[in-house]
Amino acid sequence: MNKVLSICNLSKNYNTIDGEIKALDNITFDMYDNDFIAIVGSSGCGKSTILSILSGIIKDYDGCIDTCNQKIGYMLQSDCLLPWLNIWENAILGLKLTNKLSKENILNVKNLLKKYNLYEFKDKYPTNLSGGMKQRVALIRTLATNPDILLLDEPFSALDYQTRLVVSNDVYEIIKKENKTAIIVTHDIAEAISMTNKVIVLSKRPATIKKIYDINLNNPSTPINNRNDEKFMEYYDQIWKDLDKNV
Amino acid sequence: MSESQKSFLKKHKREKIIIRLFQILIAVTFIFLWEYLSSHKIINSFIFSSPSKIVSTVYKLYLDNNIFNHLFTTIKEILISFSIGFIFSMFFSLLFYYINPIYKVFDPYITMLNSLPKVAIGPLILIWFGANTKSIIIMALLINLIVSTITIYTGFTKTDKNLLLLFKTFNASKLKTFIYLILPNSYMSIISSLKINLSMSFIGVIMGEFLVSKEGIGYLIIYGTQVFNLDLVLAGVVILVILSYIFYKPISILEKNIMKN
Repeated sequence: MNKVLSICNLSKNYNTIDGEIKALDNITFDMYDNDFIAIVGSSGCGKSTILSILSGIIKDYDGCIDTCNQKIGYMLQSDCLLPWLNIWENAILGLKLTNKLSKENILNVKNLLKKYNLYEFKDKYPTNLSGGMKQRVALIRTLATNPDILLLDEPFSALDYQTRLVVSNDVYEIIKKENKTAIIVTHDIAEAISMTNKVIVLSKRPATIKKIYDINLNNPSTPINNRNDEKFMEYYDQIWKDLDKNV
Repeated sequence: MSESQKSFLKKHKREKIIIRLFQILIAVTFIFLWEYLSSHKIINSFIFSSPSKIVSTVYKLYLDNNIFNHLFTTIKEILISFSIGFIFSMFFSLLFYYINPIYKVFDPYITMLNSLPKVAIGPLILIWFGANTKSIIIMALLINLIVSTITIYTGFTKTDKNLLLLFKTFNASKLKTFIYLILPNSYMSIISSLKINLSMSFIGVIMGEFLVSKEGIGYLIIYGTQVFNLDLVLAGVVILVILSYIFYKPISILEKNIMKN
């Protein structure tokens, strides 16, 4: 297995007028090819900060990250489709912004849209699509730039429960079919266990790694089916106990 | 199409026609009432003029062959101050948006200037820049620039934070972020700034012409007042109303086109 990402002793402080906020404290983990890692933790613990640092949006931090020359794609919490562009224009937006509008890449987007049943909506505008469809378009927009590692920041939190299950299933399948390595940040334990092969539990702020679980279900299958696995509840209970609850 | 859809569309169409009818009715009633009252000496037609007198005044102006001079002078001044106002307000909004400390430094001064009635410094402008077109355009710019700059700048700052983050995730350049996100996101603000800019340019130019000019619609109005030719004053006002409607039309067409997308 190839190592595709390594993070060591990553720390991050935010400076605000009201004082310094320590967001991350000594985060260390590695990631290998085709890994699907979930980072769980209570809200506001600094989960998203890790993704922002990995994607290069935040440039000042302590510690080291080595992305091993992997290209990184980032999918945000909300679908962030531009309302004045139609689905096709939205899907190729990433290519446009990264100067990768080649014939080959455009064909790739076309195929992705076709594969995931969105091609017939290509001339429609985002307001005409359901939440789940918009989320898939957002994923395709990110996939279009051909990233090696996908970062997903609570990508389903804006969806209702039912859609959420279906879309997480879809997204899982897309990621597996396209052979991507991915990190998902979520506060939903069930989502983390059912989708990924490794779950990193963070403490409350400043976030440190509390525990790392390798998820080995008895019969790994799709995320929806995984929820019925015998070992699912076991993992769920353990992670639930680990989580800092600040209610 | 189902019966209920048909009757819905019919009702909708009828409503539109009725509204249009009433709009026309108001204008026609107003004009006829005015004409009737003044021709029957119920109101003093020397002071209040009348539609027929206004039309004949405009016709006389046309015969004297200088109506177009006045018209073109005013149109030229409005177009110049409108365009310069737009270019400058765009420039300042960009400056304020991309180098935000500049905005923060100037903020109190902008607020002060904005609340100052610009007409108050009209006489000063006349002395500083002379009794010429330049003064009129400066007057108009003083009036239109600040409001339209603030409108565009506010539009820029209202860009969705999440969308800006999205562009960052693609490592998009500043130029691309502007062209593909900030600009289209601010179309409506830019349109409303154009509208404000236009009406402010009208106010500024007419104000300026009141102060200095030798020709233009504002000149006709002030001249008419001085010689107590109120037909001329009202003719000038009517011409201005028509002019502003004509100038407004392209902007509202532009707005409709953008709204469609």
